[in-house]
Amino acid sequence: MYQPTPDFPEWLPRIFQKILDLFGLSVNWADWGSLLTVLWAVVVFTLIAVVAQASVIFMVLMERKVLAWMTQRKGPNRVGPWGALQTLADGVKLLFKEDIIPKGANKFLFTIAPALFFLPTFVFFGLIPFTSQLLAVALPAGALFVFAISSLSVVGLVLAGWASNNKYSLLGGMRSAAQAISYEIPLVMAVLGVVLFTGSMNIGDIVKAQQGPFWNWYGVLLTPVSLFIFFISTLAEVNRVPFDLPEAESELVSGYNTEYTGMKFALFFLAEYAALFAMSAFNVAFFLGGYFSPFGKFILELLTHQEAAQMTGPLQLGLQVEMLFWFMMKTYLFIFLAMWVRGTLPRLKPDQLMGFSWKFLIPLSLINIFVIAIEKFMVLPGGESVMNHLPILQPGSSLSSWAIWIVIAAVVFGGFFILMSRLLSEKLEARLAHR
Amino acid sequence: MSIQDIPGIFTEQGLKTEDLVVNIGPQHPSTHGVLRLITTLNGEVVKDMVPVIGYLHRSKEKMAESRSYFQYQPTLDRVEYLSSFFDHYVYVSAIERIANLKVPKRVQYIRMITMELNRITSHLLWFGTFLLDLGATSPLFYAFREREDIFKLFEDVTGARMMYNYYRFGGVNADLPPGWIERCRSFIRQMPHKIDEYESIVTKNPIVLDRTVGIGRMDQELCMKYGVTGSSLRASGIAQDLRKTNPYCCYDEIAFDVPVGTHGDVYDRYMVRMAEMRESCKIIEQCLDRIPGGDNQNVRNKQAEIDAAKAAAKERGEDPKSVPDLDPDWLIQGQKINLMTYKPPAGEAFTVCESPRGMLGCHMISDGTPKAYRVKWRGASFSNLSVLPELMIGNLYSDLMAIFGSLDVILPEVDR
Repeated sequence: MYQPTPDFPEWLPRIFQKILDLFGLSVNWADWGSLLTVLWAVVVFTLIAVVAQASVIFMVLMERKVLAWMTQRKGPNRVGPWGALQTLADGVKLLFKEDIIPKGANKFLFTIAPALFFLPTFVFFGLIPFTSQLLAVALPAGALFVFAISSLSVVGLVLAGWASNNKYSLLGGMRSAAQAISYEIPLVMAVLGVVLFTGSMNIGDIVKAQQGPFWNWYGVLLTPVSLFIFFISTLAEVNRVPFDLPEAESELVSGYNTEYTGMKFALFFLAEYAALFAMSAFNVAFFLGGYFSPFGKFILELLTHQEAAQMTGPLQLGLQVEMLFWFMMKTYLFIFLAMWVRGTLPRLKPDQLMGFSWKFLIPLSLINIFVIAIEKFMVLPGGESVMNHLPILQPGSSLSSWAIWIVIAAVVFGGFFILMSRLLSEKLEARLAHR
Repeated sequence: MSIQDIPGIFTEQGLKTEDLVVNIGPQHPSTHGVLRLITTLNGEVVKDMVPVIGYLHRSKEKMAESRSYFQYQPTLDRVEYLSSFFDHYVYVSAIERIANLKVPKRVQYIRMITMELNRITSHLLWFGTFLLDLGATSPLFYAFREREDIFKLFEDVTGARMMYNYYRFGGVNADLPPGWIERCRSFIRQMPHKIDEYESIVTKNPIVLDRTVGIGRMDQELCMKYGVTGSSLRASGIAQDLRKTNPYCCYDEIAFDVPVGTHGDVYDRYMVRMAEMRESCKIIEQCLDRIPGGDNQNVRNKQAEIDAAKAAAKERGEDPKSVPDLDPDWLIQGQKINLMTYKPPAGEAFTVCESPRGMLGCHMISDGTPKAYRVKWRGASFSNLSVLPELMIGNLYSDLMAIFGSLDVILPEVDR
């Protein structure tokens, strides 16, 4: 069924009615329903976009604090309590900076490049299902649209690199193009497994299909390898360490944004963090059960002994807040992981970066899709699907099915990580032995 | 019209490409100073590289001819600011050799301790910046943590954290403060664990291995051709360490190993430097045990005893000179000289020492006047840098910083 946006909440028409009542107007809601739906999307998107920018500002501070903590420093602690206003101060500083356009630069492209880079990351926020209601547009092919849009941001990078008339920028732009092409493929293929399971590309549907306790989430038991691939590919997609080649400061000074100053630079900076946030959010939506709580039921459900579907009014609002809480917690978990990686790893070389994608991630994701297809579609003798024998656990499931799942999980996880570490250590030994 | 028809795009060999000439530096985040590398790139592959030096030339050698020996000495701190004890040592020992000045053993040991500590600080900074060049930011801060501890030790001894100006002709400026030896010992006992900590995140890191193993290989012939010295030479398998081959100070009394690599690649240079830090710890620990007189408090007590004994002898009407003086090995100045006006006799000396970057030499010619006739420096960085184009051609642009970083070049020493 085509459903461009989620249903607007039932209280929305009532509020409008009250406003209209003040003026003595009356309206037939059946005629106005679709308009309200669109209006709701605009309201939600505006809300999300504003809040997300604030969130990104917080992320910059968080990154600095986390990295400081990892390297035994204090981090920003002068502007505002606990350094909370540091990013704001930096933003003001960037606003007042002189806007320099290099002499040989192509002025038009130089100016629109940051916007081109920023735009796609902004569109992401309309597609993230923060809660069951707080979703601006529930596109039927949302999962596809996300990756189509995310490829667009590379155009901004290449343009910035080319239009700057700077060799470092040019090299950075070229690198980012090669990197984006290499890592889009595993990124999409990782999500393909999830789409196979759900039978839908609607991100909202994908989240809803993972309802239940945390072992029902795709990334936990069904497709942990996809989660692994997706996380690595998102790091490459948003130019994070160890894939930050486009802005490798030790080689390319600052890469594609070398020549940028002031607000143009700030746009690049913001867009990178916004993209990291969005990619982490999609990671959560696809693999970690989106806004669902890890306990199978929302805490509010447990407290009030009511089903989530039956909740109305302030209770429903509370539920939405709880959903947002879970979603943000999981998203920030991935953001923290990305920061942790940044604090740990050095940078790859361009050839190793390509090699890692084409020789390792893409074959792995192909195998992964094959395994997922078997999980999903293999039919046992007697015409029964394998899926029926891999029961999705419910709190009331029998002890034996729990035991089966725990064994499967142990084998899958243990096997995967033992295999990876064996491969890695063998590779390292070989690397050191044959130089 | 197809793309083939557009003139100038295709040649007979296919798509027309052009080499890209990139001027890396002199202002660049990872040229470790102001080095300019005119690099010709074919895609990401380096086709040609010409280092341009001299942006930091401060005529240090000429300065020696226009000021007195003692006035010139503080400027040495700025030549090689990461390990300036070594410059001072070479300079001071050249004068000592010309003038045949006596250097007490305690001074020799203090010089060894401070130089080895300085070697650790220098290698720590190299470790941090080398990994920063590879893109890892954290190791720098961990390295600076210990560097800071050593700087505190230096500050207590010399009064300065980086610009020490501590050695004197035939001695040192001041004795180690009371309790310093114990503090230094407790730090040195911690240090190997700290090095383990660094290594745990770096040595077996797959990305570090990918970026360093087999990269920038320097065979022994190449090393000798370019006069490469120091850790970079030892990483290629030549166990040439002036502390072993031409022992100065009291290095012949100390047991230590010379870490040697086998392949001479970036990874070996890394491993050799890490091992050298451990060896320096061993040397310092032995020096702290063997230093004549031990702690400063001990020396002071002994001096007080002698003074009291002399006073008592005088009171008894005996000759105070009959009481033995403090052991001359315990002193911090061999013979009393007026530093400000000091001039060595006419003569010539070439002294060397094993600085963290390699062989550091000072050729001094004195004509008996208060100013040196000529001071010529032999810095290891200059030779080590000259080998860079040889290592870079044919490698990837990204390897540049790994290889350049692994050579541990410091530009002020190249340009002087």
